[in-house]
Amino acid sequence: MSLTYYLQVVNLLAALLLLISFAMLSQRRIVGLITLFAWQGAALAASTAIVAGSTGQHHLYWSAGITLALKVIAMPWFFYRLVRKLDVDRDVEPMINIPTTMLIGIVLVIFAFNLALPISQMSGTVTRSTLGIAMATVLLAFLMMITRSKAIPQVIGFLAMENGLFFAATSATYGMPLVVEMGVALDVLVGVFVLGIFFFQIRETFDSLDLKHMEKLKER
Amino acid sequence: MLLPIDFLMLAVAGWLLLGVAGLALPSHSAWFGRMLFPLGALISLGVGLVGVGFSGESAQVAILAIGLPDLPFHLRLDSLSALFVTLLGLAGGGIGWFASGYFRPGKGQDGLRLLCLEYHLFLASMLLVLLADDAYAFMVVWELMALSSYFLVTSEHEDPEIRRAGFLYLLMAHVGAVSLLLCFGVMQGGEIGNLGGNLAGNHSGNLGTYTFSAMRHARMTPFWASTAFLLALFGFGAKAGLVPLHVWLPEAHPAAPAPVSALMSGVMLKTAIYGLLRVTFDLLHVRFAWWGILALGLGLVTALYGVLFAAVQSDMKRLLAWSSIENIGVLLAGFGLTLIFATDGKGALAALALTAMFYHALNHAFFKGLLFTGAGAVLHATGERNMDRLGGLMRWMPWTAWLTLVGALAIAGLPPLNGFVSEWLLLQAFLLTPGLSQPSLNMVIPVAAASVALAAALAAYVMVKFFGVTFLGVARSDSVQHAHEASWRERAGMLWLATGCILLGLFPTQVIAWLAPAVRMLSGHALAQSPSWFLLAPVDAERASYAPLVFFAVVLATLLGVFLWVRSVYHGRVRRADPWDCGYPEQDARMQDSAEGFGQPIRQIFSSFMQVDRETPDPFERHPRYSGESRDMIWGLVYRPIATLVAWASSQAGRLQHGRIQWYLIYSFATLIFLLVFVAR
Repeated sequence: MSLTYYLQVVNLLAALLLLISFAMLSQRRIVGLITLFAWQGAALAASTAIVAGSTGQHHLYWSAGITLALKVIAMPWFFYRLVRKLDVDRDVEPMINIPTTMLIGIVLVIFAFNLALPISQMSGTVTRSTLGIAMATVLLAFLMMITRSKAIPQVIGFLAMENGLFFAATSATYGMPLVVEMGVALDVLVGVFVLGIFFFQIRETFDSLDLKHMEKLKER
Repeated sequence: MLLPIDFLMLAVAGWLLLGVAGLALPSHSAWFGRMLFPLGALISLGVGLVGVGFSGESAQVAILAIGLPDLPFHLRLDSLSALFVTLLGLAGGGIGWFASGYFRPGKGQDGLRLLCLEYHLFLASMLLVLLADDAYAFMVVWELMALSSYFLVTSEHEDPEIRRAGFLYLLMAHVGAVSLLLCFGVMQGGEIGNLGGNLAGNHSGNLGTYTFSAMRHARMTPFWASTAFLLALFGFGAKAGLVPLHVWLPEAHPAAPAPVSALMSGVMLKTAIYGLLRVTFDLLHVRFAWWGILALGLGLVTALYGVLFAAVQSDMKRLLAWSSIENIGVLLAGFGLTLIFATDGKGALAALALTAMFYHALNHAFFKGLLFTGAGAVLHATGERNMDRLGGLMRWMPWTAWLTLVGALAIAGLPPLNGFVSEWLLLQAFLLTPGLSQPSLNMVIPVAAASVALAAALAAYVMVKFFGVTFLGVARSDSVQHAHEASWRERAGMLWLATGCILLGLFPTQVIAWLAPAVRMLSGHALAQSPSWFLLAPVDAERASYAPLVFFAVVLATLLGVFLWVRSVYHGRVRRADPWDCGYPEQDARMQDSAEGFGQPIRQIFSSFMQVDRETPDPFERHPRYSGESRDMIWGLVYRPIATLVAWASSQAGRLQHGRIQWYLIYSFATLIFLLVFVAR
C-alpha cells in the first residue's frame, strides 16, 4: 500500500477520535461514557499501529499494544466494575446544557486548528495534519472535566486528555521514546487505581459521588 | 600577635560560649548572676577598651570560615566601626553588670537559661553587625540581632500584651530588613554593571560577591543612588524608630526586661544609625543635598513628636521609650545637617555636625542605659511602672535616685554633664548654617534650629516629670513603702554608666580628639584642635567656647558655699515638717502633682497631634476615678488603613478559593488557553 493510503486511514481514525470526543461531551450516562472511552482508545491504538507500520517506527507497535491493553481492555473493565459496585449509573446532569457545550466545543476545535497550523508546518512527519485534531481532543476532554460534576466522568475526561496528548505525540514526532511512554502508561494506571480508592472514600463520606459536596471543604 | 579585630572575634566567641554554658546550668542556679552575666559584662568592657584603643589605626579585615560556600563572612574594623564598638562595649558593660543583679533566679518558668543565651547572642550579633563587611554577613547578623532581641522582649510571654508588642516589633524589624535587602541589591547592581546603563547585558553569570568593598567602587546613576539611600533610610529608620516607623518602640521597650530595654535603646538603635552612616557616607559614592534636607526634616519631626508623647506618658518605661525616639530624631537631624554641609562643600562644618552626632550617640547610650536601668531598679523594688503609683522613692532608694538623677540631668542637657556638650555642638552647627550657598535653605534652617532647641527644652521638662514624680514627694501607694534598694551589682552597673555621663561631660576635648579619625573618615575633615585641654572651642575661641571643668568647679564651689552658709546661718534651727506641706494641714499623697497632671499642659497645647481618650468622673460619684490615655494618631492614619487594605486584598484573593473542582479546572483551562494564544502569536 502506498503512503498516501495509510495517511488516509490515519486521517479517518483521527476524525473518529474527534467525533468520539464530541460524543463523550454529549453522553449523559456513565456506562455509555465508558464505552465511548474504550472506542477512543481503540481508535488511538489502531492509528498508532498504522503509523508504526507505515513509517517503520517499530517501537510504536509497543505503544499501540500498551494502549490497547490499558485503555481498551483494563480500564474500561475496571470502570464497569466500579460503576456496578458503586451503583452510580444514572443520568448525569452537566453544569452547562449539552447544546451549549457542543457549541463551545466547536469553538475550541477551530481554535485548536488555528493553533496547530504553524506548528504542523514546522513538523516533518507524514501525520502532521492530524496535530490540530489531537489538540482539539485535549481541549474537548478538558471541557468535559469542567462540565461534569460527578467523579467518574471527570476521571474519564482526564484519561481522554491523556489520549489526546498521546495522539499529539504520535502525530507530531512519531511518539515519545518508549521508556517515557511506559512511564506515562504506568502513571495513568496507578492514577486510576488511586482515584478508584478515592471514589469509595468520597462515597463513604458524602454518600454520593457528586463533587459539589466537596465545596464545604474550603475555608470559611 | 593578635590584632584588635581578633580580640573582637574572641569576644564574640566568648559571648556565645557563655550563652551555651548557661544552657548547661540548672534553670534557677545562682551562678547566672555570680558568674555568667558578670563575665559577659567583663567581655563587654574588654570590647569597649579594644574600641577605645583602636581609634586612628588603619582598617583591619578578616574573613571568617563560616557562611555559604564561596560566600564567606567578611569582617572589617575601621574608625567608624570602632566608634560604635566602643559604644557597645562601654555601655553594654555597665548594663551587663546591672543585668547580673537584675535577672534573678525564679523569674519566669524557663528560669535564666534561655534569657542568658538570648542576651549574649544579642550582644554578639550587635558586635558582628558593626563589623560585617559584606551584605550577606550583614543581613544574617542583622536578622540574628532582631530575632534574639525579639525573644528577649517576649521573655515574659505569658502576658498577651507582651506577645502583641513582640509581634509588632518583629513585623517592623522584618519590613525594615526587606528594605535593607533591596538596598544592598541596588548597590550590588551598581557594582556589577552600572545600573541604568545596561541592565540586560549583564546576565553573564557574574553574580558578584556582595562585599562592601565592591559596593564602594560601584558607580550608580543619581536615580539608583537615591533609591539606595531611600531604601536604607526606610530600613534603618524602621529599626531606629523614625516617625512614622516608630510604633513598635513604645510597645516593645516597656515589655522587655529593664537591661534589655537599656541595651535596645542605648545600643541597638545606634546600630541603625551606624548602618545609615555606613551606607550613606562609605558605600555610596555620591550624595545629594536633598537627602540631607529629607533626613533633617524627618529627624526634627521625630524629635518633636517623640518628646511631646514622652511628656504625656505615665508609664516610666514608655516615657523613656518615647524619649529614645526623640533622641534618634536629634541624631538624624545631625545626620541630615552633616549631609547638607558635606554636599555644599563645607567640610569643616560637616565635621562639626558629625562630631555632634557621634557625641550624642555615645551620650545617649550612657544616659538612656542609666535611666532604663534606674527604671528597672524601681520596677523591681516596687513592682510598679506607673509613675502615678510611685513617689518619694528617694527615701527608700537613695543610690538609685541619685544615680538616676545624674542620668536625668544629663539627658535634660544641663552642664556640666554630657548631654549638654552634644546639644551645644549641634546647635553650634545649626548656627553656622548662614554660610550655606543655598539661600532658601538658609531661611529654613533657623526654624530647624529652633525645633532642636524646643525638643531639648521639652526633654528637660520630661525629665523633671520623670524624676520628680517618681523619686520626690511622698509615696502614692503602699508598694513604695516596701521598696528596697537595688543590689550592689545593679548599683555598680548604674554607677559605671553615671560615671560615663560625668566623664563624657567633663572631658569633651579629649573625647572629640578621639572621635576625630571616624569624623575624618566620613567627612574628610576634622574639627580644629582646641586651644587648650580643658577649653572646648569647636570653631573659634572668639565665637563660642565651653570649659566644662571650670563650669563644674564653679557649680561645686557655689553649692559648697551655699551649703556652708545655710548651715552656719540655720545651724541648730532644724525644723522637721512633712514635705511640701505649705501650711496645709489636711494633705495626702494624692494631692501631689501627678504624672498625668504634669503632662496636662502639653496635652492641652498639642492636643491636635494626639488622640486623647479621657474619662472624667461625675461630680456626684462617691469614688471618683479618672483615666486618660493619649494615643498615637499615626496608628489610625497610617497603619490602620494599611492593615485594612491588606485584609481586604487577601479576602478578595480568598474568593478564588471556590471549593468547586470545576472552577479550579476552569482556572487551569483559562490559563492554558491564554498561554496557547500567547504562544501562537
